[in-house]
Amino acid sequence: MSTSLSLPAVRKFAFDLGGSRWVSPIVFLLLWELGSRTGLIPERTLAAPSAVVSTLLGMVVSGELPSNVLVSTLRALVGLTIGVTVGVVLALVAGLSRSGEATVDPLMQIKRTIPTLALTPLFIVWFGIGETPKIALIAFASVFPIYLNLYSGIRGVDLRLIEGARSFGLSRSELILHVILPGALPSLLVGLRYSLSVSILVLVVAEQINASAGLGYLINNARDFMRTDIIVVCLMVYAILGLGADWIVRAIERRALVWRPSIVGQ
Amino acid sequence: MDARLSFLADHTIAEPVLTPAAPLVRLKNFSRSFGANTIISGLDLEIAEGEFVALLGRSGSGKTTLLRTLAGLDDVRGQDVEVPSSRAVVFQDARLLPWKKVWRNVALGLKGLTGRVRLKAEKALHEVGLDHRLDAWPLTLSGGEAQRVALARALVREPKLLLLDEPFAALDALTRLKMHDLVLALWKAHRPAVLMVTHDVDEAIALADRVLVLDQGRIVAQECIHASRGERGEVSRGLRAKLLSVLGGEPGHESVIPFPHGAHAHEAVA
Repeated sequence: MSTSLSLPAVRKFAFDLGGSRWVSPIVFLLLWELGSRTGLIPERTLAAPSAVVSTLLGMVVSGELPSNVLVSTLRALVGLTIGVTVGVVLALVAGLSRSGEATVDPLMQIKRTIPTLALTPLFIVWFGIGETPKIALIAFASVFPIYLNLYSGIRGVDLRLIEGARSFGLSRSELILHVILPGALPSLLVGLRYSLSVSILVLVVAEQINASAGLGYLINNARDFMRTDIIVVCLMVYAILGLGADWIVRAIERRALVWRPSIVGQ
Repeated sequence: MDARLSFLADHTIAEPVLTPAAPLVRLKNFSRSFGANTIISGLDLEIAEGEFVALLGRSGSGKTTLLRTLAGLDDVRGQDVEVPSSRAVVFQDARLLPWKKVWRNVALGLKGLTGRVRLKAEKALHEVGLDHRLDAWPLTLSGGEAQRVALARALVREPKLLLLDEPFAALDALTRLKMHDLVLALWKAHRPAVLMVTHDVDEAIALADRVLVLDQGRIVAQECIHASRGERGEVSRGLRAKLLSVLGGEPGHESVIPFPHGAHAHEAVA
């Protein structure tokens, strides 16, 4: 069977799949490097890719980058944990009871209209300029995506399934455990993905508040010394954090939603 | 969730069968309406233990409402309704929980140790011929398989009343015939009373002891079939025409109700 596939065809296929998509980014990097080398792009505007790579290596070897990335990651994780916990609890209250919905949902909708970052001055007045306002901002921002998705997920569980389970005499708590929560899990994971990206977005801004460690601190320092290479390295790290967060949620989904046909079928 | 049905207490069922007529299900002058819309009005229904009843009716005739009442899914406070608490439903769409493996769906709501519950579920799935699908995900099942799992899930509870809500309507003809045989075999083995809602006259004639026709919330015709299953070819032709004429006739027209006595079909007026 496999001999029927000619070698050139396989090569062409591999090129179509992987090769072609890498061409334009590589050309872009080469042009950028060329521009820097010829002086078309001054170093104070943007450092050359080669300079960025050597700076990156230097920062990794000296331990400067890992230690600061750790500080930033911890900030995001602590804020996110608090935010997700609060969001899940509120969504359960609003999703599972009418009175809970009447109490919680209006407040959440009001909260939604306030852009989180606009609260920065207020949080600085309340919490000072240490770690607390940074974590509080991240937590505050990540509550809503979780709340909204889980809440609508609970409300969106197929009524026919609930009815079917009821006809077998399941109690209310059994119904929640076996039908409603598993049914809302896909929505919860969508919410988690949004919350993760929001937390990284807010992290970037929150870290600019008088930080003495973390990626924001590195960027602020680099700005003062016009080290565009360090700034680009930090931007890359933010991008990698975002990618990593997405990868984590995908991994959770693969495990938790194994019953879905798209995953089952593979 | 809490349909206040006045269930038969267990001892009334366990009593020696002095009065074989003591019905398992009894609805008296039962009515149900949503707003100004009356779905069922003044309906009387009795189902004996172990009896197989088919309920025919056009869309909107109140079949599903009646079944939901018997399943305990609707509130029937203040109505004269007696239904055993030991009952199970098989819906047209199998309504398996997609996130639970097949055997866990069958075991849903069963109390006891996991090992024992699993054995029970395995036995029920063996009865419907699905031993090899114990650990499958429901969304990978075919329509017929899903419906067999739903049957196993209902029977594992050993219900006194088995409610079937157009359980084979979505299946292809061949699968449907196989399912008929399966349902009859299971019914003979376990002897629950069965109420099967269907819109298929042939299905009703092939399976049931008694066929009811519901129209505008009232039972407008009733036929008992005494010929044994498998020897109904002769009876069915006349009966089929009769039931179809009731189904297609003017709704609730009094003159339709009394049937002439047939050779095998016994006539009764609701």
